[in-house]
Amino acid sequence: MRRRGHWLLYAYCAYLLLPLYWLLNMALRRNQDIAAGLEVIPANATLANFAEIFNNPVWYEGFGNSLTYVSLNTLISVVVALPAAYTFSRYRFVGDKHLFFWLLTNRMAPPAVFLLPFFQLYSAIGLFDTPLAVALAHCLFTVPLAVWILEGFMSSVPKSLDEMARIDGHRLPYFFLRIFLPTIRGGIGVTVFFCFMFSWVELLLARTLTASSAKPIVVVMTRTVSASGLDWGVLAAAGVLTIVPGVAVVWFVRKHLVKGFAMGRV
Amino acid sequence: MADRRPDNRAWLGVLPVLLVVAFSAVVPLMTVVNYSLQDIFDPHNRLFVGFDWYRDILRDPRFVSALLRQLAFSAAVLAIEVPLGILVARSLPTEGRLAPLFLVIVAVPLLIPWNVVGTIWQIFARPDIGLLGATVAWLGLDFNYTSSVVDAWITLLLMDVWHWTSLVALLAYAGLASIQAPYYQAAEIDGASRWQVFRHVELPRLKSVLIIAVLLRLMDSFMIYTEPFVLTGGGPGNATTFLSQYLTSMAVGQFDLGPAAAFSVLYFLLILLMCWLFYTSVMREDRS
Repeated sequence: MRRRGHWLLYAYCAYLLLPLYWLLNMALRRNQDIAAGLEVIPANATLANFAEIFNNPVWYEGFGNSLTYVSLNTLISVVVALPAAYTFSRYRFVGDKHLFFWLLTNRMAPPAVFLLPFFQLYSAIGLFDTPLAVALAHCLFTVPLAVWILEGFMSSVPKSLDEMARIDGHRLPYFFLRIFLPTIRGGIGVTVFFCFMFSWVELLLARTLTASSAKPIVVVMTRTVSASGLDWGVLAAAGVLTIVPGVAVVWFVRKHLVKGFAMGRV
Repeated sequence: MADRRPDNRAWLGVLPVLLVVAFSAVVPLMTVVNYSLQDIFDPHNRLFVGFDWYRDILRDPRFVSALLRQLAFSAAVLAIEVPLGILVARSLPTEGRLAPLFLVIVAVPLLIPWNVVGTIWQIFARPDIGLLGATVAWLGLDFNYTSSVVDAWITLLLMDVWHWTSLVALLAYAGLASIQAPYYQAAEIDGASRWQVFRHVELPRLKSVLIIAVLLRLMDSFMIYTEPFVLTGGGPGNATTFLSQYLTSMAVGQFDLGPAAAFSVLYFLLILLMCWLFYTSVMREDRS
């Protein structure tokens, strides 16, 4: 009743979409056409740039590597964060507040700080250049975030639910897995969204911890630029492809997201 | 939080998180602190040097200028993104067929890999092949972000606003969604103007999400690396070299372990200090 779309919203959306349109425009043109001059609507639109990516194993394996470590990271983060968030929301124990805030401070650590020690640590234990190394490194910021978001959702569930389950004679693991988790599935959806998002978009750690066999798509992109000079068309096509998973995720969780935003922490 | 049950066995519940964080944060951080106090020639030949590296870093003019640029960048980004984000959140429709579509459009920049954000703006702003760059050139203005310091900063700010205003907007949107209709009805009965509604009804209820938004933007803008690295490479000259980029060139490029480690510790402490100062000042104001 109070808010309607008006000129500011349209202007903002145009500002967001114009650069994206231009990326798509570039992706649909050949390099000689790009060099020839500006075309607001591509005259000779072609899918050749996309074809090149799908026919080159470096590109599509990079895509697979990225999806592997992002999924691994999201899985690890949510699995370890669930019991911790429940503990923080339901129990009082020695050092609980300090622990909670200390966890959050890890979100404030610049990834650049961790380059060197991560490189040495993962090399020493033989995880260097594996998707697992990147997944674990990204836990640096996804785990604190996951605990924080989940704690917010769990605290909004009345404690009488726990009491009732206890009176009914359910043991804690049964209650947690079969009753509690389904109640907060919206919150788990929001958490998955944020873990996925922050792991998918990161470049610095992913680049440092991989060499050849686990190279993620974003790193393939930066290296292609330097190798072949200015292959704008393929670069733009790769850019378009990296946007697809994110848009798909946000489209699928859009309803959860609105509800999740409204009731939870984030 | 008040009626939580006291039980120290609860530590078992947080143990998995502690193990993961110990591995991914504590061990590396301790390594950095360790390096920052020693001069390492090889693994068996090291010398304790105390705070020498810290002194060197604080006297390094390139560190100081990167820090000043970083502060200017973060201040500019917060000053634009927070008000704009609130305005966008207020104009987002809450219901109707188009509401989810607008929400998805607003969320899209957040889901694009950071180096792709750099690439998008590189392509968009170039004077030869970019829509923005070519349009500005067509207007008769000399615009080139690779050679002019001012143009580089403008492009960088446009890019960051493009990339991150949506985060503030979505958080504020969530905050606004939790305000119930009676508040607005009461304000309407009192004949409140739009500004008064915002100032006395919306802003107080947005406070907690805005604190989160400012904290996130403050720390993330302070850690920015990838986007300027792709867009300008830190140039022209060093005009857009921020802390993370200088640190990365020191640690990975030149392999200066000691100074880079001291830099890292200072960098982390600085972000902690800023977040703590902001948070406590907001909270103190709340109490008084």
